[in-house]
Amino acid sequence: MKVATLAECLAEGRSPEILFWVGCAGSFDERAKKITKAFVKLLHNAGVDFAVLGAEESCTGDPAKRSGNEFLFQMQAMTNIEVMNAYEVKKIVTTCPHCFNTLKNEYPELGGNYQVVHHTQLLRDLLNEGKLTIADGSFKGKRITFHDPCYLGRANGVYEAPRELIRKLDAELVEMKSCKSRGLCCGAGGAQMFKEPEPGNKDINIERTEQALETQPDLIAAGCPFCNTMLSDGVKNKEKEDVLPVMDIAEMIATAKDL
Amino acid sequence: MTMIDYLPNIVFAIGLGVAIYFFSGNVKKIMRNIRLGKTVDRNDQKAERWKNMARIALGQSKMVRRPIAGFLHVIVYVGFVLINIELLEIVVDGLLGTHRVFAPFLGDFYNILIGSFEVFAALVLVAVILFWTRRNVVRIQRFSKAEMKGWPKLDADLILYFEIVLMSLFLTMNGADLAIQQNFPNAEHYQQAGAFPVSQWLLPWFTGMELTTLIAIERTAWWLHIFGIFGFLNYLYYSKHLHILLAFPNTYFANLSPKGRFENNASVTNEVKLMLDPNADPFAAGGETEEVESFGAAEVTDLTQIQLLNAYTCTECGRCTSECPANQTGKKLSPRKIMMDTRDRLTEVGNNMDKNNGSFADDGKKLLGDYITAEELWACTSCNACVQACPVDIDPLSIIMQMRQYLVMEESKAPSDLNNMMSNIENNGAPWPFNQQDRVNWAQEL
Repeated sequence: MKVATLAECLAEGRSPEILFWVGCAGSFDERAKKITKAFVKLLHNAGVDFAVLGAEESCTGDPAKRSGNEFLFQMQAMTNIEVMNAYEVKKIVTTCPHCFNTLKNEYPELGGNYQVVHHTQLLRDLLNEGKLTIADGSFKGKRITFHDPCYLGRANGVYEAPRELIRKLDAELVEMKSCKSRGLCCGAGGAQMFKEPEPGNKDINIERTEQALETQPDLIAAGCPFCNTMLSDGVKNKEKEDVLPVMDIAEMIATAKDL
Repeated sequence: MTMIDYLPNIVFAIGLGVAIYFFSGNVKKIMRNIRLGKTVDRNDQKAERWKNMARIALGQSKMVRRPIAGFLHVIVYVGFVLINIELLEIVVDGLLGTHRVFAPFLGDFYNILIGSFEVFAALVLVAVILFWTRRNVVRIQRFSKAEMKGWPKLDADLILYFEIVLMSLFLTMNGADLAIQQNFPNAEHYQQAGAFPVSQWLLPWFTGMELTTLIAIERTAWWLHIFGIFGFLNYLYYSKHLHILLAFPNTYFANLSPKGRFENNASVTNEVKLMLDPNADPFAAGGETEEVESFGAAEVTDLTQIQLLNAYTCTECGRCTSECPANQTGKKLSPRKIMMDTRDRLTEVGNNMDKNNGSFADDGKKLLGDYITAEELWACTSCNACVQACPVDIDPLSIIMQMRQYLVMEESKAPSDLNNMMSNIENNGAPWPFNQQDRVNWAQEL
């Protein structure tokens, strides 16, 4: 399976319909790379005309902005916008809600106007259009709880796309006591991912994992590589990693399809 | 009639005048203080803004997301609004020396009005007592956090006592009036008017009383009630209770964009554009004459007028803090405290200006550092739970983010882990030290 870059497409005179913005976690983090690969398999399977930026992709600047370094953020943003505008990018899909939010909400003012969707939204659309089918099987009847990523849910009001996909897997969706607009953060947002937590009596990911465990799930579903890491760490902390997987929805669908 | 007959009218008019005078002075102070903030254009999407206000302030839609507090609050809110109609009659009566001046005009409808005010007064009384119980007996956690010690706690209780006293006076005055109407139907100045579904239960207190005693009770309750309201009106400025007025402009001017969209700092945009444009002339005209602006916020005057309005609107309910993941896990951050600190510092700056002929005399203090500490700011996950939870659309997160900007861009005081992350972004285009050329290595593992 080959993944084309926009540079290669340009050389071939093609302009793909969608840019898959992989994100830093999806590019480098061992766990998140699995999500990237699963999603790419689904894109291939559905026959989506897409490409990536490859080495021309650079951090959106989200963690810099949330850390207060507006200068670095805008440097990153304008550089990325220059690259994407040169390729005449129209539509972007990303597996990272932080990239999703920044590209969708903070780039337009700086000259980057694109239609940006989260991968769960694209997958739902592909399903509705009949381009992607979900095989039943591995997740049927399983109790699955979905952790709302803050930058997908509260920040952008996307609550239903991931849930629709989980229901399509014939799984039993069980909600945590804080969910949707009241979902509890995993603890990674606002650049917390890259620093030690401030002094307190508990780590946020442990609190969230405990909320997830209360639902007695067979699986925790996530839609963000950072949430995925935080919850996986939480599950490990509770010594449940052998019985309770934390999976991205793209991975679940790819697994169900045996891709 | 002699001068002395008009004494009550005069006393009333003076009371009303003084109340309005001080209240408008307070309103002016609030407006002046809010204008110390930076201007921000929130005059777009007018239709959407009115809708937001109608839904959230008028319709209490976010309030009822917590059903118990929400239900009780709706009672107090509707009671407050309705009883204000009665207030109008009391003011006219006070000025003209009449008694129940609306009754002859409204006929049976007057009875319905007074009857429903009584029912609401009783419901408000019950709701307020339950509110007090939640704070003082059940001790709901969010009411007893660190920032609620001392004045904020007393303030919250005082407001409840105020309301209990006002409602009790209202019902007492009606009860005594009813006793006069029943036992002394020919009493001068009183008329057969009103329905008293609640205060009729107070009648046993008044059995066997002389007319003069009843009038004394009725008048005392009447005067204390209206002067209590004048007092309460002027207590607002010193308390957390301004939300009864400011919730409306606050929801009108609220941020209507997606919550994840953080403001792009425009002064940074210009600099970045200069840096990225090889043809740009850094010494071009205007560059040097421009006022040097600092990045982010360290003081109330660095914040926007909307953020300062937010601070005055906050009624310290603490829903933000109870939803905050950092606060829930024992970190120092409390979004409510961010708003309280902003308001308290703004009041302090305003008072300082009043003492110094309208200009601020440096007091060696700042919002950042003396009120809000870096530790609080660095505990935030920017998850927007506080913004979502606020029943009146206050945005503590925007203040936190602006203060982080000041810490990082003006003082280079980011935590060292974040400095590492940022230098990785600068050098490798990723928050980790990986080579940008390796970004698509995963594709070989497919």
